Amino acid sequence: MSFFSALIVAVLFSVGVYLLLQRTLSRIILGLALMAHSANLLLMVVGGRAGKAPIVGAFGPEDSVADPLPQALALTAIVISFGVIAFLLAVAYRSWVLTQDDEVEDDLEDARIAQLGEAEMRRWWSRPK
Amino acid sequence: MSVLLVLPIILPLLAAALAIVASHHRTLQRIVAVGALIAVAVDSAFLLAVVERDGVQSVQMGAWPAPLGITLVVDMFSALMLVISMVTVLSVLIYAIGQPGVDQDQPVFHPVYLVMTAGVALSFTTGDLFNLFVAYEITLAASYVLITLGGRREQIRSGMTYIIINLLASTLFVVGIAWVYAATGTVNMADLAVKIAQLPSGTQTALSMFLLVVFGIKAAIFPLFFWLPDSYPTARMPVTAVFAGLLTKVGVYSIIRTQTLLFPQNRPSTILLVCAGLTMAIGVLGAIAQNDMKRILSFHIVSQIGYMILGLGLFSVAGVAGTVFFIFHQIPVKTALFLATGLVEQSTGSTALSKVGGMIRRTPLVAGLFLLAALSLAGIPPFSGFVGKLGIIQAGFGAGEYAIVGVSLVVSLLTLFSMIKIWNGVFLGTPEDPTLRLASATSEERLSTPVLMRGATVALVGVTLAIALFAGTLFDLSERAAQGLLDPSAYIQQVLG
Repeated sequence: MSFFSALIVAVLFSVGVYLLLQRTLSRIILGLALMAHSANLLLMVVGGRAGKAPIVGAFGPEDSVADPLPQALALTAIVISFGVIAFLLAVAYRSWVLTQDDEVEDDLEDARIAQLGEAEMRRWWSRPK
Repeated sequence: MSVLLVLPIILPLLAAALAIVASHHRTLQRIVAVGALIAVAVDSAFLLAVVERDGVQSVQMGAWPAPLGITLVVDMFSALMLVISMVTVLSVLIYAIGQPGVDQDQPVFHPVYLVMTAGVALSFTTGDLFNLFVAYEITLAASYVLITLGGRREQIRSGMTYIIINLLASTLFVVGIAWVYAATGTVNMADLAVKIAQLPSGTQTALSMFLLVVFGIKAAIFPLFFWLPDSYPTARMPVTAVFAGLLTKVGVYSIIRTQTLLFPQNRPSTILLVCAGLTMAIGVLGAIAQNDMKRILSFHIVSQIGYMILGLGLFSVAGVAGTVFFIFHQIPVKTALFLATGLVEQSTGSTALSKVGGMIRRTPLVAGLFLLAALSLAGIPPFSGFVGKLGIIQAGFGAGEYAIVGVSLVVSLLTLFSMIKIWNGVFLGTPEDPTLRLASATSEERLSTPVLMRGATVALVGVTLAIALFAGTLFDLSERAAQGLLDPSAYIQQVLG
């Protein structure tokens, strides 16, 4: 395994995590895409050193041969992540059409807790001195 | 025999293709979908009978011998899960056909639903870690479409959370597979069972915990459950019901499969027990704080997952047998509860405890169905939930894990409390919201729900009662499943030959 490709995997993954933690949907999706790339690249890295193509007749008994399985796995994973991210972009567009905003909205619990907090604050300020 | 293993995956996929072609003929779509699912349910029942008689069955895709090709394996655990999930999927489909505005307005509903079924069947039958990832993605891609079907603002908001969290889990799954492959050079589960045992114990723990996190997100165990109660309730009711019944259980299935086959151990696992206790307790406390039927029940999904993990965490035949039986009972019960909630929503237009009331006088049938399923969920004897919980709790005493047994008993009591809260709010009392009462008083046809919706719910509640009736036989089967899980030599031999 080469150090350089391992480093690329690490950098892609950390950039992906950073983007995933942002508040805007477009950044989150970009982050997920980068993380998916990183995972696919990791599959290639764990396949070991490059070698001759693993086709019968294309290599001799002395040659080192590339491991075909991780390549097949990575191909499958690429197709899947491509499809899902395309769908995610469509949903994000729908979200933008509906809200005119790219921000992720609070979920119900968050909204309820925020309301409770505000009510508590109002009670605190309007208490008899 | 091998065709029996392939049919649950191939048939729904073929039917989905047919349903896309027939997207302008709703009747044809319905016939294709229902026909395919009936065939799959019958096929799974046959498969269970074969496994019961002859033991573990397997088939090598494309006749490539085991570690090279993809293997489908069905042992007792898989067969039980297949049977109950296919029966559940079928009843929910009939319910969805009955409900106005689900498949009439959405030509895509039937194809996507069938694809999801194929994905669930594949995750139960696959014997290959990467193939399990593919099965998850088939299921999830279909579920993304189902959860956002209709495209209302609320659905898009929560669907977004659902898609992002699952995509993240899938990415982590790929990373996990890459690490497993780097350590062992194989992704076939039977082969992995042999090769992982030869790894240093530190590597084993790392892989085990990583896969636990991946499946923990899908199964919604503590602390990875927060996405579930927010996203499930916004979908259409049949969709919520089938997700609640099945999708998290696929995650639990994968946890059980990987933890017993790949990382076997013979004493209770502290980390699993702690996670189980917190999942149970926080799930049920979340449920108590809610004021809407759908949200209460969604938190209960999380809480019940805790029981399943508890039985597994004991790593004894008794504990795992309890878990297998509990999942078998939980899939139809949870789904039936949501279907009954759907009937309430259909006749009143709301599921908020403060708005709906007095349903027992208006629709005694729905009240009765809900009551039977709710008592079963809370684990009141003689219903099926009692047998499952009893099995797990006895195993907990047997292993001397008294703290976790105490937690599970308290959680059981709180579950009953929460069910009583729904019962008092929705079925007893008078409706507090005057506008709602007015609407229902003037339009009598709003109160009557379509026959198919009621019929499907009755059938599913009937299944849960049958589970209670045949609890002895089913518990014997669960025990055999547990023995097969904890001593996977038959599984490994069947796959590797």
